Amino acid sequence: MTFESLIFYCFSALLLWSAAMVVVIRNPIKAVLFLVLAFVSAACLWMLLEAEFLAIVLVLVYVGAVMVLFLFVVMMIDVNLAVLRQGFTDYLVLGGVVAILMVAEIVIAVGPAHFGLHMVPAPAALGAHYSNTRVLGELLYTVYVYPFEIAAVILLVAIVAAIALTMRRRPDTKHQDPAQQVNVRAQDRVRLIKMPSEPKG
Amino acid sequence: MVSLSDYLILAAVLFAIGIVGVFLNRKNLVVLLMAIEIILLAVSMNFLAFSHFLWGASGQVFVFFILTVAAAESAIGLAILIVLFRNRHTINVDDLDTLKG
Repeated sequence: MTFESLIFYCFSALLLWSAAMVVVIRNPIKAVLFLVLAFVSAACLWMLLEAEFLAIVLVLVYVGAVMVLFLFVVMMIDVNLAVLRQGFTDYLVLGGVVAILMVAEIVIAVGPAHFGLHMVPAPAALGAHYSNTRVLGELLYTVYVYPFEIAAVILLVAIVAAIALTMRRRPDTKHQDPAQQVNVRAQDRVRLIKMPSEPKG
Repeated sequence: MVSLSDYLILAAVLFAIGIVGVFLNRKNLVVLLMAIEIILLAVSMNFLAFSHFLWGASGQVFVFFILTVAAAESAIGLAILIVLFRNRHTINVDDLDTLKG
């Protein structure tokens, strides 16, 4: 067993264990934290696949932003866990059978007979001068520049949608209305009153 | 040595765990979203494994787009979840039957 396979099996076991904990654990906050562990182990496996840029992006964007978003939302809403856990064991059998069937079918299709080392040999290791980020960047900005722009628009739509959905004006908060501030005129504010001066008494 | 089929079987098991998560937590909307994240992670793993063993960086570009769309999906999903909880005070999927579809 080489060092590479040792790393692969360690992180695969960690990934599968944490992913299983995500779906069976009772506490949603612990589920989010196990999902973080799953993403970090997946990032280590992606390093093994020589996809260094995406591994770092997975940790930075996913663990750093999306999982923190999940954590905030889970902590913001207080849920009645007893109601949400109803029927958990009822579906355990059905889900288990479906999962075992699905894994068995996929393993028959992608097992070592079809995608083993004798069918798809392991590629030679890339040299030290090879930059994964550079290759990916060149592809993104030339061949895939149009999908790249669409991805940017999708992110923009997501920002606008998320803010528009969750923003609400509470009547009791103090806020400024810039349109009113700009439109104000001096004669609306200052009232000059002519008064006769009083005679010196 | 780690072969391509090892990565594919790992991704298959991960995918199955995500599907089981959808089955088991069909009342809890937050865990449903997390199960979808696991499924997307399994798909990305397949793309990267093929990209590594078949010599092509295009698979990595696809994973890049999967990450983008998954981030947008979870952001909008969580926003809808917040609005839902604010209006109905529940995230139980069974209670969301206003439309009577």
